[in-house]
Amino acid sequence: MRTQAELRQQVVLNIILWIVCLFGFIVPLVIVITTSFTEENSLIANGYRIIPRETSLEAYRLLFRAPGKMIDAYIVTILQSVIGTFISVLIMGLCAYAISRKAFRMRRTVSLFILFTFLFGGGLVPTYILNTQYLGLGDTFLIHIVHNLANAFYLIVMRTFFKNIPESLIESAKMDGGGEFLIFARIIFPLAMPAFATISLLGLLDRWNNWFTSLVYIRDESLYTLQFLLQRILRDFEFINAIAAESVTNIDIQLFQAPTESMRYAMVVVAAGPMLMVFPLFQRYFVRGLTVGSVKG
Amino acid sequence: MATAVHTTKQLRTLNYRRKDNIALLVLALPCIIYFFVWHYLPMAGLVLAFKNYTYTGGVFGSDWIGFRNFTFLFSSQDAVRLIRNTVGYSIAFMIVGNFFAIAVALAIFEIQSRTQTKIYQTVLILPRFLSWVVVGYISYIFLSPTQGVFNLILRWLGAEPVSWYQNPGYWPFILTFFNTWKNVGLNSIMYYAALMAIDTQLFEAARIDGANRWQQILHISIPSVISLLTILMLLDLGRTFRGDFGLNFQIPRDIGLLYPATDIIDTYVYRGLREGAFAISTAVGLFQSVAGLIMILISNRIVSRINPERALF
Repeated sequence: MRTQAELRQQVVLNIILWIVCLFGFIVPLVIVITTSFTEENSLIANGYRIIPRETSLEAYRLLFRAPGKMIDAYIVTILQSVIGTFISVLIMGLCAYAISRKAFRMRRTVSLFILFTFLFGGGLVPTYILNTQYLGLGDTFLIHIVHNLANAFYLIVMRTFFKNIPESLIESAKMDGGGEFLIFARIIFPLAMPAFATISLLGLLDRWNNWFTSLVYIRDESLYTLQFLLQRILRDFEFINAIAAESVTNIDIQLFQAPTESMRYAMVVVAAGPMLMVFPLFQRYFVRGLTVGSVKG
Repeated sequence: MATAVHTTKQLRTLNYRRKDNIALLVLALPCIIYFFVWHYLPMAGLVLAFKNYTYTGGVFGSDWIGFRNFTFLFSSQDAVRLIRNTVGYSIAFMIVGNFFAIAVALAIFEIQSRTQTKIYQTVLILPRFLSWVVVGYISYIFLSPTQGVFNLILRWLGAEPVSWYQNPGYWPFILTFFNTWKNVGLNSIMYYAALMAIDTQLFEAARIDGANRWQQILHISIPSVISLLTILMLLDLGRTFRGDFGLNFQIPRDIGLLYPATDIIDTYVYRGLREGAFAISTAVGLFQSVAGLIMILISNRIVSRINPERALF
């Protein structure tokens, strides 16, 4: 039974939340999109607006006429996200399974060995020197895969999950002559599907949004990830002009004024848009990843 | 006879055990190798903090100089600024972030319509899926000196436009805002889950006793998230010396004029790397690691006292 006062309270709360969502969250994203469709001179004269004074598709036209850099970045980003996440989840899953087994006599040693990396590390500079001077991974595709391949926190989360799988299931599989890897693949993996899905999605999001690896290790423009390409475009005037110039080879470049501002935002839409549609569909997995509370050693 | 059978059985299980152990070790091996190479080997590189790095000497051939990197660092203005900013932002994010996360969770919890609840949560979580680079673009829409939304509004109000990127004074607020903006959605869901776990009979009983919604929030909802808040704050405390590189690098766009307000340990170390100041950067990194370790040990000790389930180890 609702009283008059409760009804009023509902209305007021809903209005407040709608205002916050609309102006705080939806409008900023909408301005990114409308900016990319704004005519450049109107943009410079009138500033960033929700509804542009003059619309133009020029930014997208230029972008798609010479999309080389963007396609390279898309390919690098997709490959490193998919391959990296697959290898990462596989090796973390195998290791988490091993240290979740009571039969594994070294499980304490291995757990401690891994947990310690969560507490202490060499830091950026020694890691950089190792990767570039000793392992020769600077400016290679491989650095994208290797960077943050395993993570102590995710590993412990997985182990906690595996511990809830009854030991008797594993024992009976062993009676039937199953090897450890087979048990992992046939029993643990299907039963722990939610854990694998959660860790995979978290890893995928991290890798998809990664720009740090390119910032530190990559000089070769064809090995940039999407997010780093975006960063260079935002910061570097020369860079966006070079991209614009690639698409207007026939016109006199001296006379050509690239719509750099709207092109930047068109790039954001093309680079960040698709995944912003996809990730929210898996929202519950991200929430679960956050609420996997008891992480005990 | 009976004992002999027993022994062979024992022997067999022992054999099994050994085989199992080797098999399990093999499964764990890729990860062990990874952690050894990319987490333990770099620790050896920490010796650089006590050396005068030269390119020809490398990590192990450069000359030892004892604590001179540290004395240089701590006698400079940089150290104070870095520690103040890193710790200051961590604490500000912890307080402001949790405050808004709880406020949002309480508000959404009061909403009776399930569809509305879903819409709010989905919208608020969106920034979490954007990289700091994209958030950097969005912040530029608002802060751009000539075309930015904030200055458009200021001009429309008849006020003087502000050069946000030339004035460090505004940046503690700007950075706290964007950090909260990006994380409030997901964090509020955590508190929302805690609120959902409250026994509804409590609210029923309170209502029968004549408590209105506001009193119910004050006396039931808020007390029930306090324990989660305490734990989360303590875990955050363990990360006090670890700044958010993405936030402090992408939103202020690495502008030198803003360093007094935006430079944290992580951005300083990165710049050192870029400029080839390997030894000093390593020293700062080592300081950060050691201070971080101490903070984590302290916070974990307190957490395990309050709620052992939540402790990391």
